[in-house]
Amino acid sequence: MQRAEMIKAKILELMQNKTVDRAIGWKRGEFFYDNSPAVFETPEELEDFVYDSFCGANLSKYLVKEAKKDGKVLVCIKPCDSYSLNQLLTEHRVDRSKIYVLGIGCDGMLDIELIRAKGIKGITAVKDDGETLTVDTVYGERTLPRSEAILGRCTVCKGGKHVIFDELVCADEEKEARGDRFEKVSELEAMTDDERFAFWRSELSKCIRCNACRNACPACTCEKCVFDNDASGYASKANSDTFEENMFHIIRAFHVAGRCTDCGECSRVCPEKIPLHLLNRKFIKDINELYGEYQAGETDNGRSPVTNFTKTDAEPSVIYERGGKN
Amino acid sequence: MLKISLSKLDSLFELIGSEKTLYLPIEKAGQVQFYQYEKGAKVRLDALQTVKSPKDLFFPQSECYARFQVKQNNISIEAIAPCDDKFVIFGVRACDAKSFELLDRVFLSEPVDAMYRSRRENGVVVTLSCNEPEETCFCKALGIDAAAPAGDVSAAIVGDELMMEARTEKGKELCEKLAALLTEADSKDIEAYENNKKAITEIINKLPYSDLDMSAFENANELEMFKSDKWEELSEACLGCGTCTFVCPTCQCYDIRDFDTGSGVTRFRCWDSCMYSEFTQAAGHNPRTTQMERFRQRFMHKLVYFPKNNDGEYSCVGCGRCLKKCPVSLNIVKVIKGLGGNK
Amino acid sequence: MAENVLVPVLGVVTDVRVDTPDVKTFRVVAPDGKKPFEHIPGQCAMLSIPGVGEAMFSITSSPTNREFMEFSIKKCGCLTSWLHLMEAGQQITIRGPYGNGFPVESDFKHKDLVFVAGGIGLAPLRSVINYCRDNRANYGHIDIVYGSRSADDLVDYPEIVNEWVKGEDINVYLTIDRPQEGWDGHVGFVPNYVKELGFDVNKTVIICGPPIMIKFTLAGLVELGFDKQQVYTTMEMRMKCGIGKCGRCNIGSKYICKDGPVFRCDQLEQLPAEY
Repeated sequence: MQRAEMIKAKILELMQNKTVDRAIGWKRGEFFYDNSPAVFETPEELEDFVYDSFCGANLSKYLVKEAKKDGKVLVCIKPCDSYSLNQLLTEHRVDRSKIYVLGIGCDGMLDIELIRAKGIKGITAVKDDGETLTVDTVYGERTLPRSEAILGRCTVCKGGKHVIFDELVCADEEKEARGDRFEKVSELEAMTDDERFAFWRSELSKCIRCNACRNACPACTCEKCVFDNDASGYASKANSDTFEENMFHIIRAFHVAGRCTDCGECSRVCPEKIPLHLLNRKFIKDINELYGEYQAGETDNGRSPVTNFTKTDAEPSVIYERGGKN
Repeated sequence: MLKISLSKLDSLFELIGSEKTLYLPIEKAGQVQFYQYEKGAKVRLDALQTVKSPKDLFFPQSECYARFQVKQNNISIEAIAPCDDKFVIFGVRACDAKSFELLDRVFLSEPVDAMYRSRRENGVVVTLSCNEPEETCFCKALGIDAAAPAGDVSAAIVGDELMMEARTEKGKELCEKLAALLTEADSKDIEAYENNKKAITEIINKLPYSDLDMSAFENANELEMFKSDKWEELSEACLGCGTCTFVCPTCQCYDIRDFDTGSGVTRFRCWDSCMYSEFTQAAGHNPRTTQMERFRQRFMHKLVYFPKNNDGEYSCVGCGRCLKKCPVSLNIVKVIKGLGGNK
Repeated sequence: MAENVLVPVLGVVTDVRVDTPDVKTFRVVAPDGKKPFEHIPGQCAMLSIPGVGEAMFSITSSPTNREFMEFSIKKCGCLTSWLHLMEAGQQITIRGPYGNGFPVESDFKHKDLVFVAGGIGLAPLRSVINYCRDNRANYGHIDIVYGSRSADDLVDYPEIVNEWVKGEDINVYLTIDRPQEGWDGHVGFVPNYVKELGFDVNKTVIICGPPIMIKFTLAGLVELGFDKQQVYTTMEMRMKCGIGKCGRCNIGSKYICKDGPVFRCDQLEQLPAEY
């Protein structure tokens, strides 16, 4: 709680001394877990500002729209969101001079759906002591270890460092990265083709083509997506067949390859909980293995290995051979 | 009223499945949806809600209805007959059952939608009362009783028994076919059933949105609501995805598209979302260019336009799916509260 | 088996007339040579080329034409571009009629009528004008104000100068936006011309054209003393089903395809201005 108050005070200070004209943060919802991204323009509006364990939304993409407006906009950025923001700056989707980056600390976000998946229903409040969650429900009190309700993307963490900021509040830059993000990818690689196909068919057949993954993705910032173009011949809202269902996600993964910072928004927003981030992580793993370690969004002017030809690039034959093995 | 022990449900499902296609809430890849029943399926009658509503059994996400062959100057048209598969959908909650009535108002009003009607006529709906409603439920505010769902047959899980009562001719017919497995409930069972109903009602009364104030929308002036200055703030975070629309049991907008199969053209209709940027895009003209306008359209339709055309019925059943699934936690309750002026 | 209203029937294009550089008029009949279906003036039909798309067009011909239907179509998108490539003898698909149409047998009867059209906006009005001409005794005086960007953009021009002007108790006022060589008629925008002409406020007005033209014409008429109840217009929006179910063409609680496309301006004013 104290952290939210400190961040709020900082935003208020920056608004009042005219450093910024407005701020993007999270607004308190109806319950404790349904906070929404919001633009705060006045100290009164800021009353509803909230920052707690249910602020998973990555706010960097809102800047594409908000930074086009007059004045300077402050944005609350968690460590992992800072990579997305850097990538947007790299691609000139956001004007750096129009934004003020407030780097804020993060202890890992919680996922209400994971709490529900434990069969806990009618949730009215949650107490978080850092280890255990005590959940109040209309059916009585329930407890569960915090680690079991942590948002999928936070189970592996890039660490507490902000790769871009104007100012830090309550940040923990020393916090170390944790988790092996390629563990599941390696598991999938170890499968036979048929097993892997079965895995993805079972996951992707749940897709309802709501486009939440695309619309939330900070790397998906095309002015007009091909899937929204009636003349393109793709049906953007329904699959004509299962092939198209698969291809939508694979095409999207290809399109963001080398630009995806692995922020995990795609999997967070998926109403069907399809582990879409695994497609992106496969690309990241391949890029790392073929071209050397690369983290998109590490800097604000980097060039992705897939768009940067060098004489030391792996020859196509190397890639072909590797492909043949799997 | 009839009953069957929960331990015998598998044989009940098998018997229904031997006659008709049976759809049940089944878990696959971690999510519960209405899937066709097969032996060994992970049936989840305990799951309060499926991710998608069961509307797609009557109004599928995409459905082909005509084929064309184009040869030089000539076209041949072949109508695809509406699906007439006889099916039973088992375990529908009160809110979703109500959504079928609302969809009927759209698709069964003149001119009748032949595809929808065929599925509706061939489908038998077995509802299930909600023993454990959730905090996101607000069916009560919309006049729906989760303890007494509609449907052709209403069922309830009471202790170790499933209680069933036919409510329509179709329902009676189904129960007769299942007679071998069902026994007549005695007075003790009925008492337990009534107590269970009371317990549900007590829980519902404790839910935060059960008394959601809808009065601002009763005979609302559409022009005034439309012009409200609240829309900008309410829609601010909207990503423009179709999640709310596609999980919603009452959203029914559709698109019509052609698909070139390589050996002809198939025309299909598919779900569409008024939240999508190109929804109203015509050649050189779009009446709704901003996400605020699209967001406003969706909720004005549910809360003002639809009731105006349908005897005051809201196009919302209080299922709470949008409350759970919106990527940025926007939802109809926030809109109702925001526009209705109550906190 | 119940008929699926979304499945179209065949239509044959029997004639294609070039009206302006971007408007062509298509004559359509059923494969048996008869009219595909009956309609009332102001109603629309869904035309389609399978594989390209389906869209709503107003029926330009009058129901009094017993032989065929006509559609005046401006090339402005994918389907219309394909239609413009069509030649006589080719088949399309058609379904309809859709919409309410103009109240030619009620509100308009025995009234003096003023038609105000801009550009392709003449297409839906042509059906009413010809209907009134063919049932001349049922209607009072008819005034037609029609304008377009240039003389070349006046749709159905030969019909206007050869037939309409000669009609009994019919006045035709043509105007073009900018002066042009060979044009000795009026020059100026439609809304201003209507104001200049200053019609009797008891007449009934029917407007169709670009939204901006409708807006200013209506304002001019109100200035002249017209009541909005006497002014009718016909709306256009993207449509898919044509039967008030696909949810796309609404203006507030009204669907253009079902409750429209014809609206009285006082009724339109009660709806959100989202069109």
